[in-house]
Amino acid sequence: MTEPVLEMKGISKEFSGARALVGVDFRLFPGEIHALMGENGAGKSTLIKVLTGVYHPDAGQVTLDGEVVRITSPLQAQKAGISTVYQEVNLCTNLSVAENVFLGREPRRMGAIHWARMRSDAAQLVRRVGLELDVSAPLGSYPLAIQQLVAIVRAVAISAKVLILDEPTSSLDRSEVEQLFAVMRRLKEQGVAILFVTHFLEQVYEICDRVTILRNGALVGEHMVAELERKRLVQLMIGKALGELEELTEHIRPAVGKAMIRAEGLGRNGAIAPFNLDVHAGEVVGLAGLLGSGRTEVARLLFGADHADSGKVLIDGEPANLRTPNAAIERSIAFCSENRRAEGLVPELSVRENMILALQAARGWTRPLSTEKRDELVARYMKALDIRPSNPDLPVSSLSGGNQQKVLLARWLITQPRLLILDEPTRGIDIGAKTEIQKLVVELSEGGMAVLFISAELEEVLRLSHTIGVLRDRQLVSQIANAPEINADRIMEIIASGAPA
Amino acid sequence: MSSVIRHRLFWPLVALALLLLVNLFKKPDFFAISVINGNLHGSLIDIALNGAPLMLVALGMTLVIATGGIDLSVGSVVAISGAIACFYISGQPDQNSLSAVLIAVALALAASLVLGAWNGVLVARFGIQPIIATLILLVAGRGIAQLITSGQIITINSAPYKIISGFWLGLPVVVPIAAVMVGFTALLTRRTALGLLVESVGGNAEASRLVGIRSATLKIMAYGFSALCAGIAGLMVSSNISAADGNSAGLWIELDAILAVVIGGTSLLGGRFYLGGTVIGALIIQSLTTTILTMGVPSQGTMVFKAVVVIIVCLLPVIRKVRSTRVEATS
Ligand SMILES: Nc1ncnc2c1ncn2[C@@H]1O[C@H](COP(=O)(O)OP(=O)(O)OP(=O)(O)O)[C@@H](O)[C@H]1O
Ligand SMILES: [Mg+2]
Repeated sequence: MTEPVLEMKGISKEFSGARALVGVDFRLFPGEIHALMGENGAGKSTLIKVLTGVYHPDAGQVTLDGEVVRITSPLQAQKAGISTVYQEVNLCTNLSVAENVFLGREPRRMGAIHWARMRSDAAQLVRRVGLELDVSAPLGSYPLAIQQLVAIVRAVAISAKVLILDEPTSSLDRSEVEQLFAVMRRLKEQGVAILFVTHFLEQVYEICDRVTILRNGALVGEHMVAELERKRLVQLMIGKALGELEELTEHIRPAVGKAMIRAEGLGRNGAIAPFNLDVHAGEVVGLAGLLGSGRTEVARLLFGADHADSGKVLIDGEPANLRTPNAAIERSIAFCSENRRAEGLVPELSVRENMILALQAARGWTRPLSTEKRDELVARYMKALDIRPSNPDLPVSSLSGGNQQKVLLARWLITQPRLLILDEPTRGIDIGAKTEIQKLVVELSEGGMAVLFISAELEEVLRLSHTIGVLRDRQLVSQIANAPEINADRIMEIIASGAPA
Repeated sequence: MSSVIRHRLFWPLVALALLLLVNLFKKPDFFAISVINGNLHGSLIDIALNGAPLMLVALGMTLVIATGGIDLSVGSVVAISGAIACFYISGQPDQNSLSAVLIAVALALAASLVLGAWNGVLVARFGIQPIIATLILLVAGRGIAQLITSGQIITINSAPYKIISGFWLGLPVVVPIAAVMVGFTALLTRRTALGLLVESVGGNAEASRLVGIRSATLKIMAYGFSALCAGIAGLMVSSNISAADGNSAGLWIELDAILAVVIGGTSLLGGRFYLGGTVIGALIIQSLTTTILTMGVPSQGTMVFKAVVVIIVCLLPVIRKVRSTRVEATS
């Protein structure tokens, strides 16, 4: 067996009293794809940040190519041949795609940046992951999933010994995941060691050679993927057997009565072609479509986050003017955005403050929630969504990615909306919690809430929705009632042909 | 112990104590407070007296900075407010009429509020960058103050107006005014949801829009409040010299106020704000000004000296942090 290119031994890290890592060992061989798995808050991102010098470990040592190294900054890590895509996209959204790809390593000619070459090189790199982008457009003009892909393009463009990908696939569709996997396989053949974090078991079994499992900051074990049964893997991650994971009951009821919300010819130039859509009380409408097909745009128009330039919205049959989020919230609409960093969290505020923000905003500044009411709500939803650690005074930025997502869900559930728009609500959430959230959606809709559910995971959309809207090229091409014979392949067919069912 | 050191106000308080000690060293009777005509006198009282206007301006500045903005126009508002009050009083047949003084104060404060709202509307409704929006009034405001005073220094002789900068029960009146304003602001922001919503807007503007916070209203309120505080400070300054000096009243006070806010721990990027920190920050800046005088630094050098001390105060916590990371890294 070859020597590991990277070895971490006895890594411990404590954050003001909370132990995030306890004596963790980890090794990475050249030419392997190594999955790092564990529940939300298990310590995956922390281990990665220790490796890349973002955090300094309290104990332990890191060996790179057989030599003990002391990595104290991300820049040093990069120079040492470790290239990283962090869980939260941290590129500059106001710079162009090309600039982001080459930031810090711009191609130069006689000292000055060689813009033309930078653009053509960037375009080529971007095409290699199967994207067609205008690389001189600002990164912020693209949806989150594309931004994530650009972050990956940037990381793989640096020829590195070790490539670290922290949940790179969380907002990608199947086809992009395939593109990414192709890139990963190519790098693997070139001998690059890849550390890959994901909550999707299928992806682990599809592409990974070895898996290391963490639980509550401690190492549970390292296994060859091929020798580890799925059930066993789940058990190792959550510390117990996961019973009814797949057993969400079929609950398909036809929608009846008047629509709670109805969009008539609602559209916005360049974002989404005019569409008609009904969501009934107690109904879950799922939106399926590829990356950039206009799913998020539908949600944003219904919430007034963007201005519609055609059509109208009816609520309970009455015309409603949803020009701003305010107007939508007043009509009991909630929108949980997919982009938690840019559009969701207020990082310096505490978990508690983030959770009550939407309700407090609706009440206005003159009517603060009473302390008891506030603490009661926060405690109830922290428990319901199992937000960990369960200390509401922590700054929300110190929570793990999955737990931050739960905080944002809680923020909107607290407002008890009539229409809940969820854009990628299970993004970055571990398998146990994902089932919990899916159950919650079912319960809420049974309680009479209308839900618009967007997810890149078709299985999830199929499992939860009564009605499925299919989008393609920024058009709502088809709306079908969910039925047992409808499966992911059928939806993909509709997406591919663009034909209504 | 380490939790004491880590407290936000630890370094600002150390800096304040050091400044006062330096003064004590240079001037042994620095802490002495004497009673003259039943009123308290002494260097510490002077700091409180002269620091009150700065503290008020910094108080308003804290809220504006928390929204993610900045208010450069406060100095001009100080001048305008004083000019309006003195102009009105000087035009009265009886300058000692209490009602005339009350009207003068009301006019000055109302004008300040209007100016603040103007700033707020430029920023919140028209989306002009705060630096630019308030720069307009910084420049134009001095002109307005000059226009009101016709380019002269208006002197007045009004006993009721003098009360503002006088003594009450032995204490300078400006001290309780500043204290009441600080207390009022703390209650206003922390007993209502105002503080939370302002911090949210400053911490993540887009997320705040999507949760339905009416940030435009909040920003207009913050700029209005900032100008109101500056207006009160203007009354204090002009009352102290019984005159309105459109040229130099409140000159550079925006810089001192911004420094006070930053030293107090509020980030210039917006978000979390600390009123207690601002109060200490204002005291530090004022003590520094006093120290420069007691140390006998030549007047040409005052600005440079001030700059050096401010740099040190701002760097202290940073140096500590860098050192501790290094230690961590090599341990
Ligand atoms: N900067 C920080 N300050 C305080 N606590 C932190 C900080 N960063 C992480 N933690 C805590 O350390 C633990 C591990 O977090 P980490 O982000 O590594 O989890 P994770 O395995 O990446 O989870 P996820 O799947 O949700 O991304 C969590 O309990 C988290 O709250
Ligand atoms: Mg993570």
